[in-house]
Amino acid sequence: MNPTHNHFPEGPSFRSALNTRYRVASVWQVLFFSALLIAIISLTALIYDVVDGAFGYVAYDYKKDPATFTSTPLEDLTKEELLTILQANLSSGAYNKLNNEKAMETRLQGELYTLFFERLIQLEIKKTWSFTESIMRAGAIRTEAAEKYPDAKLEFRSWLTPQFLTSPMSSKAEFAGVRTAILGSLWLVGIALLFALPIGTGAAIYLQEYAPKNWLTGIIQTNINNLAGVPSIVYGMLGLAIFVRVLAPLTSGSMFGITDSNGRTVLSAGLTMGILILPLIIINAQEAIKAVPDSLRQAAYGVGATKWQTVWHHILPNSIAGILTGSILALSRALGETAPLIVVGASTFISVDPSGPFSKFTALPIQIYQWTTRPQSEFHAIAASAIIVLLVMLLTLNATAILLRNRFQRKY
Amino acid sequence: MKQENTIMESKNFRPLDLKKKIRPGESVIQTLLFISGILSIFITIAIVYELGKEAWLFFGDPEVTLVKFFGGTKWSPGIGHFGIWPLVTSTLVTSAIAMLVSLPLGLSAALYLSEYASPRARSTLKPVLEILAGIPTVVYGYFALLFMTPLLQKIFGEQVQVYNMASAGIVMGIMILPLISSMSEDALSAVPRALREGAYAMGATKFETSIQVVLPAALSGIGAALIIGISRAVGETMIVAVAAGAGPNFTFDPFQAAETMTGHIARISGGDLSYNTIDYTSLFAIALMLFLVTLVLNLISQRVVSRFRERYE
Repeated sequence: MNPTHNHFPEGPSFRSALNTRYRVASVWQVLFFSALLIAIISLTALIYDVVDGAFGYVAYDYKKDPATFTSTPLEDLTKEELLTILQANLSSGAYNKLNNEKAMETRLQGELYTLFFERLIQLEIKKTWSFTESIMRAGAIRTEAAEKYPDAKLEFRSWLTPQFLTSPMSSKAEFAGVRTAILGSLWLVGIALLFALPIGTGAAIYLQEYAPKNWLTGIIQTNINNLAGVPSIVYGMLGLAIFVRVLAPLTSGSMFGITDSNGRTVLSAGLTMGILILPLIIINAQEAIKAVPDSLRQAAYGVGATKWQTVWHHILPNSIAGILTGSILALSRALGETAPLIVVGASTFISVDPSGPFSKFTALPIQIYQWTTRPQSEFHAIAASAIIVLLVMLLTLNATAILLRNRFQRKY
Repeated sequence: MKQENTIMESKNFRPLDLKKKIRPGESVIQTLLFISGILSIFITIAIVYELGKEAWLFFGDPEVTLVKFFGGTKWSPGIGHFGIWPLVTSTLVTSAIAMLVSLPLGLSAALYLSEYASPRARSTLKPVLEILAGIPTVVYGYFALLFMTPLLQKIFGEQVQVYNMASAGIVMGIMILPLISSMSEDALSAVPRALREGAYAMGATKFETSIQVVLPAALSGIGAALIIGISRAVGETMIVAVAAGAGPNFTFDPFQAAETMTGHIARISGGDLSYNTIDYTSLFAIALMLFLVTLVLNLISQRVVSRFRERYE
């Protein structure tokens, strides 16, 4: 039977209103998408800006002509020749100081070459240009360099070189490298993981498997969630107050007989980082353990296994992939954190590699921070190169985490 | 030869011992795990204790009075000025700019991803947001100082100083955007299809459904995202330390340089700092304020979620 009343709206006024509504809807859809576009543009701008800073024209000159030191062309200098030149021309005090830091014979040829340039030839950078400028305004740059710095050589160089990765810190931008920083970061992150992974996994196992559902467990859970949101600089202050100050005998190594350092060591910083990533690891491990289906547990209990046997032989193997992925993500978070390290006392200038947990340290993000805040543009260039190194490290870590997750994902 | 017909008669029979076997290893392990669980409480207690102890010393100093702390507009502990307001206003301005940038953009991105995007588009667009979330904050600081500030100077001219709160705030907003976007998207996706289908059946456009049906239903999650975003903005250190300025300055002009609470802590503790000086204890007072503010914000956000969450089952 046909309905006599048609309740659907119709008519020209309805049509025009409908079209307005459609138009408004499409406009807003474009606006929503443009938010994503802005995010993509920002990311591209950021990466481009960083890469832009790391390559470009450099105008530089030598204070002293290399020919006064040696007649052989610079590229052909061997290690022995470099050693003799350095020994002959550096003051004995300076030479002995370098020797004390690290014996000259054990240094690589590249290091001695850099020293030669730094101390004897005294290479000085006059001006740097970014990558876009170097490409776009090459002619204008050449004329400018010829006018303002007539004695300088103009060269297109990449600030990110193998030398950059293997040289230690230096106060001059052209010779500075990130080796000390990378090693410091690795030590830091290693100690942090060593501390946080067992304790975090243990806490997660406790919360998921053993803890009774009472008020204490609720408080612990809320507390962990809150700790995950505490600003990182507050963790730095905690590390300063406890690890650097109160536990100074332990962290400076004086308990073990080391007398020449204070509490601002890799150990303090590593432990601070460990506390920082602990909530993340706990929350993530809890998720991984929750994902293990209950039937596995019940089956294990059903054949008479104790709680720990179930955990060790059934739950942990099935959740280990998730726990590992989470710890790699926590690791990458720890690599990029700067604020707690500043507070705990990363050294502003250190050129010797960390040799143990009780040594002073610096870390890659700290170097980036210090170089970025210098006014000279060549420091910005090496900051950009260091950023590229850091981003590559993080990218590899995250890619490994994703690969691991995809590889070991079990479907129930 | 007589077979052993029953188990009871076989020579190898041992009666089952049904008493519970004492396993000391289990108790040890359980204690160790319990200690690991309790450790987080100790961390919080340690934070509160250490910050509180030094802040107590700070407020106990005869020169420092609460009137000066909450009433002054200059912060130079070395010469007796203890007004906290320059640092607080700078934190407020940078965080406000950051939220002005990240909330609309993050919410729009979340709406697009959850309502409009095809699964293929979503799988290409979400990684972009995840990459943005994973970039260390120092890198954002570099970006703010060396890209955003010149850009702002080009747009707004001479009034933009080299260090200014606006570029730090905008870059902070870009940093917080993925956080708000992912939390909002979770909230939006949790709204059951039935609500959307009902709206479509009434003749609503997709836009009208998203704004008038889905968004209000997901409001608790979005509110939580907003509060967590504010908490993150308040606690952020590196971007403001690099780009916002190196001296406390009581101003609301976003184009001027002004140091935030976090930037101040970073700058002072990066230099020569001796224990038990007024500079040292003042840092802890600021850090205590920071900790309390972010703690309260996080608790509020958890309350918002649990209180206003719509239950559909």
